[in-house]
Amino acid sequence: MDHENSDNREKVMSKNHPNYIATTNACKLCRPLGACLAFKGIEGTVPYLHGSQGCATYMRRYIISHYNEPIDIASSSLSEKHAVYGGGPNLKLGLTNVAEKYRPRMIGIATTCLTETIGDDVGMYLQEYAKDTAGSKGLPDIVNVSTPSYSGTHMEGFHGAIDQVIEQMAEGGPQNRTVNLLPGFVSSADYRLLREIMDDFGLDCTMLPDLSETMDGPAMLEYEKVPAGGTPLAAIKAMGRSRATIEFGRTLDRKGSGGFRLKEKFNITGHRLGLPIGIEETDRFFDLLCKLSGRPVPEKYVGERGRLVDAYVDGHKYVFGKKAIIYGEEDLVVGMSAFLAEIGIFPILCASGGTSGRLAEAIAAVTADILPRQPEVHEGMDFFDISEMAETLAPDLIVGHSKGYPLARKLNIPLIRVGFPIHDRVGGQRILHLGYSGAQRLFDTVTNAVIAKKQDDSRIGYSYM
Amino acid sequence: MEAVALKERENQIYIKGETPFNIVCDKDSLAGAVSQRACVFCGSRVVLYPIADALHLVHGPIGCAVYTWDIRGALSSGPELHRLSFSTDLQEMDVIFGGEKKLRQALLELIDRHNPKAAFVYSTCIVGIIGDDLEAICRQVEREKGIPVIPVKSEGFKGNKRAGYQAACDAMFRLIGTGETSNISKFSLNILGDFNLAGEIWMIREYYERMGIEVVANITGDGRVDDIRRAHGAALNVVQCSGSTMQLANMMEEQYGVPSMRVSYFGVEDMSEALYDIARFFKKKFPGDREADAIMERTMALVQEEVRNLMPGLEKYRKALAGKKAAIYVGGSFKAFSLVKAFRLVDMQVVLVGSQTGTEEDYRELEAITDPGTIIVDDSNPLELTSFLKEKGVDIFVGGVKERPIAYKLGIGFCDHNHERKEVLAGFEGMLNFAREVYSSVMSPVWRFVPRAKSTE
Repeated sequence: MDHENSDNREKVMSKNHPNYIATTNACKLCRPLGACLAFKGIEGTVPYLHGSQGCATYMRRYIISHYNEPIDIASSSLSEKHAVYGGGPNLKLGLTNVAEKYRPRMIGIATTCLTETIGDDVGMYLQEYAKDTAGSKGLPDIVNVSTPSYSGTHMEGFHGAIDQVIEQMAEGGPQNRTVNLLPGFVSSADYRLLREIMDDFGLDCTMLPDLSETMDGPAMLEYEKVPAGGTPLAAIKAMGRSRATIEFGRTLDRKGSGGFRLKEKFNITGHRLGLPIGIEETDRFFDLLCKLSGRPVPEKYVGERGRLVDAYVDGHKYVFGKKAIIYGEEDLVVGMSAFLAEIGIFPILCASGGTSGRLAEAIAAVTADILPRQPEVHEGMDFFDISEMAETLAPDLIVGHSKGYPLARKLNIPLIRVGFPIHDRVGGQRILHLGYSGAQRLFDTVTNAVIAKKQDDSRIGYSYM
Repeated sequence: MEAVALKERENQIYIKGETPFNIVCDKDSLAGAVSQRACVFCGSRVVLYPIADALHLVHGPIGCAVYTWDIRGALSSGPELHRLSFSTDLQEMDVIFGGEKKLRQALLELIDRHNPKAAFVYSTCIVGIIGDDLEAICRQVEREKGIPVIPVKSEGFKGNKRAGYQAACDAMFRLIGTGETSNISKFSLNILGDFNLAGEIWMIREYYERMGIEVVANITGDGRVDDIRRAHGAALNVVQCSGSTMQLANMMEEQYGVPSMRVSYFGVEDMSEALYDIARFFKKKFPGDREADAIMERTMALVQEEVRNLMPGLEKYRKALAGKKAAIYVGGSFKAFSLVKAFRLVDMQVVLVGSQTGTEEDYRELEAITDPGTIIVDDSNPLELTSFLKEKGVDIFVGGVKERPIAYKLGIGFCDHNHERKEVLAGFEGMLNFAREVYSSVMSPVWRFVPRAKSTE
């Protein structure tokens, strides 16, 4: 593959990127937010932040602006005296109030920097609470996860919550036919697609979490206190009896994820894959499903894949050799890199606010056989860093969430909106990234953005390609 | 039927006419009640945010900074430093060993990079716990860099949004009194509590210019550090959104003798009254002064002209909207007064009105201007609000982003009157826009498809 301006890249490579002290326009969110989102994909669950009132409100606002759906996150609403004497009493009061008004099946508690720093022992408070409420009927299950916002990003919060849900709820027993699917944080449309794919392969599946309905529901006559949908609690309890686990995420901690826990605790075979974005990564996922189900790929997907390859061929010349900056959550960046590389776009910079230490390796794993050399890969980046590097990299497009818009505007290049948050367009929850149909949508979006840019910038303005 | 509110919250809800006025407010949010309120930090951040040539550095873990990055439609006519989100992004080691060193380095780095006129350093929850000495660091950096570096005591858990307003006022008060005040007209004022959403303060400033009054400082919409430093030289503080900046006006009155006046720029009635009040103030202050008389004359001409221009356009909306029911839930209750009057101007009926941080005085005033049966609520939450919306058969809900999906999920129209909006809703022009906003939601054909429409067929 021939890439122009490779000398620009060399320059950046040779320059050690300065390590700024301040973070400017972060390319990550805080850890409790991820936990709230994960909890929101579980049947009958109200997320609950043990902290001061502001955290819950800020996160609700941030999440609402993406999904345009109600998201009620409860809070211990700690004030100064609680910070001094401990947040236990308010935690218990809050749990009782949530149980009374929302009648949830489960409450998912995440801590915050405040309660982590004052040293609140949530586990102990919950034991006390269980004693206090022993014998009461209709009480929700409670799962808690430690999410200090001074460590990791929203993705550690998300995966940590999934891990703790499994740890605190899954039970062992005789193995059944079910396959666990842990997709990580994807769009509501993606979760919907994954359920459909598992169904089409005839696989019994427990997908954790499932935000397909809870964060993309219909208009209602009555306000649902807790929206319908989400992973059924009974299914979560049975996850320890499944025959296999599929977990997406090439940058996940090898020894600290839901899939790893299921393996350790219940000896369930785990399959770690990348997010199925683009043909290659989706093929890997489908190969695994064929093995697990003993069935060939259903005709529907054979057709989808065929049309997708045809579309790649039809459009390949418009995108070939273009250079893209990809930013966002590490696993999404890996998936998008795989997709862009396979259509002939060079991922000139892959950046994330996350710091797994595994991003470069994961990107190499999905692009090494296509790209003549590896892209710049940087963890712990903010948008100031990305902008600064962009100046010498001369990208043709950037790929990521809405917060990259100022950069796209400055460079006067298209922003391909993927991931979370989508705050400047409607329908963030409906963006499909996964599978052949997701790749089809991405390919059309990317190719058309490149064509539109050329057309808009053209003096002539052809009305054909 | 199940009670709408938790028992502890029942006395924060009042229905006009049922019992003598009585409402409990100004208290901490109840744990587990899913309050729509934010925190102290939020209060400070929203007030100081529009000061466009200052550096706003959030000292804490990343969340507080990233959730407040460019979320306010507070426009600037010049620098846009306020639209960037700066954080010390504290990590575990900083929490253990203290964040002072990192804060100092971050401040020096950012001041060198951006050359701001001043820097505000916001405390977050965690800073209040680990005990970083913000005062000392700010003093050091101020000496080193020669610009004001001001700590904002906005630890999230130390009260609610109102405490944050106070912290913001305290921070700005350190700037005031440090600038040159000669050459300021005796007919001058500061605009307090307008944040230049969608460019509103430009319109308000133009009204004042047409009246012949000099505006010294915008506090804080399209705000500038140097203007704020000389704000004590103005003859009058005109305070909108009184919750957020009234404290600053009070401090300025005490220390510099600048009197203040509460106004609202929303709705024809309140907008006109605001301009007249100001003209009256100068007439009274300078009796017999020909310029003061001229200001009053120009004000009358301005109001007449604006109202004349506005009314024909408004009539179309009034006809369509008359008799429709509105609900209001906003941050500060002062805005609610104006909204009640604005709805009345288009013959709509307000059936629910509430706020996150109203005072007893505010609610008493709301009780006085609303119709019997109106629900008045303090520090409400999604379950209460949805229940009230259903019970009252509301056609349009006015609020902010957090209220929007509540309305939409139930198939009810919505008007954004919070800080993310892109429409001018203040001033005379704003009244027309407001009516159009309400109209374009209420009259949309999409409501015929929602379950609510079918249930009332």
